[in-house]
Amino acid sequence: MTMQEMRGRVAVAGVGIAGLDATGHTELEILGLAAKRAVADAGLTLQDIDGICTASVSSAMWVMPVVEYLGLRPSFQDSTMMGGSSFVAHILPAMHALLSGQCKAVLVCYGSTQRSSTLNRAEIGRYRRVLDPQPFETPYEPLNPLSSYALVAARHMHEFGTTREQLAEVAVAARAWAALNPEALKREPMSLADVLDARMVSDPLTVRDCCLVTDGAGAFVLTRSERARDLAQPPVHVLGAGAAVWHRQVSMMPGFTTTAASDSGARAYAMAGLGPEEVDVVALYDAFTINTILFLEDLGFCAKGEGGAFVEGGAIAPGGRLAVNTNGGGLSAYHPGMYGIFTVIEAVRQLRGGCGARQIEGAQIALAHGNGGTLSSQATAIFGTEAAL
Amino acid sequence: MSEPARSADALPAMGPEARYFEALREGRFTVQRCDACARTIFPPRILCPACMSEDLSVIEPTGLGEVYSTTTVRRPADKGGDYNVAIITLAEGVQMMSCVKGIAPASVRIGMRVRAEVVDGRVEFTPEGSAS
Repeated sequence: MTMQEMRGRVAVAGVGIAGLDATGHTELEILGLAAKRAVADAGLTLQDIDGICTASVSSAMWVMPVVEYLGLRPSFQDSTMMGGSSFVAHILPAMHALLSGQCKAVLVCYGSTQRSSTLNRAEIGRYRRVLDPQPFETPYEPLNPLSSYALVAARHMHEFGTTREQLAEVAVAARAWAALNPEALKREPMSLADVLDARMVSDPLTVRDCCLVTDGAGAFVLTRSERARDLAQPPVHVLGAGAAVWHRQVSMMPGFTTTAASDSGARAYAMAGLGPEEVDVVALYDAFTINTILFLEDLGFCAKGEGGAFVEGGAIAPGGRLAVNTNGGGLSAYHPGMYGIFTVIEAVRQLRGGCGARQIEGAQIALAHGNGGTLSSQATAIFGTEAAL
Repeated sequence: MSEPARSADALPAMGPEARYFEALREGRFTVQRCDACARTIFPPRILCPACMSEDLSVIEPTGLGEVYSTTTVRRPADKGGDYNVAIITLAEGVQMMSCVKGIAPASVRIGMRVRAEVVDGRVEFTPEGSAS
């Protein structure tokens, strides 16, 4: 089966979010709640799940405790860990497994208690330097991941004249969307001045150019499309998916102003047989404001270098020219360590309808994009309603 | 049962990364050059990522470079104050993370010509032409 033949053959049948405040709970506990919600949303039970995809920031063998905890005996498992893009990247291998008959229902799931955990973050940082050394960057004490994104933002500003005000537009638009999402954790109004005058952390990025640090778990269920049509929700079909990894350390990024999203996006568009002009809703991994600008460019919503101008004047805010991060994004809704899975959940919710005040009327095609590491790994998925097939 | 092929597996006592950091401790900044395709390589590797050759020479670069990007990491004064983190493109064409010293962190500019020096076992840069 070619990639193009896989288009529209697998669908998201259920989604779930849990534990945005996980105080007193473990990661497995909130992951379990999100998993149950996604499975129930699909009209299935955990006993129907025979495929699993999951990843963890701290546990290198995370699929084992997850399978144990949920009582699964999967015939397909993928625990590939490439940072926050992992859960978007899991979609394509899951499609292969579903379409080959290796399994019938795949649960993609993640949970993080990053905010409420009593683990000392400085201590985690020390362990990480031993277990996952980056000896050519660590001696310079970049405040990672923030400083890596700051270095990329500074280069983008230098090459294209992108301004701090344009970066701030991204944060303000995300906040305006969050105000329409009852689930979002930061909903109070925020102005461009609030972002520009916020505490500078690693130039040119202020604390308001950075995503939230929250708890949270997310999950979604994939089945073959023909099965999804008989389940509880309108199926949201996977039209295209692709991933790309180019480097690990930001210093090894080949040219700071184009990310591997240009590859992952091209693969997803080619499989889906469509282009950015046909996308109604966009969910991008906005760990930092520069991400949104880079991914709008690399995914073809505007030309390279024009991302800053593209977002000006509320163009990606509610009522703007392109609906971007309608849940409020990692900048204002929630960001539990690895946000990628939530881009898929928001894309699916928009295509089903019923997003209330933030619903994009008549949305038929949505794009979800995950990012990992220091712009190191990228994964893109394109979804469509029944009408988009 | 055949004997393990010890000779084929025999590796020198130090790999390229250990040799790099040993040179740094001795005050020497080194990069590699591929003998087969002439590509300059950094960080040090056991084979050329372009042509897979294991014949890599260790060379001392000119030390001249240019600031490709820069950020000032804000830190309270009582913890040492602000500091610079920069990406430097060496004259030999390779890119590395480092820092620019000798001027205020926020005065470092993209495009600035800089020169490498080894300080306390790490490579740092100062603006070209400045007294160091």
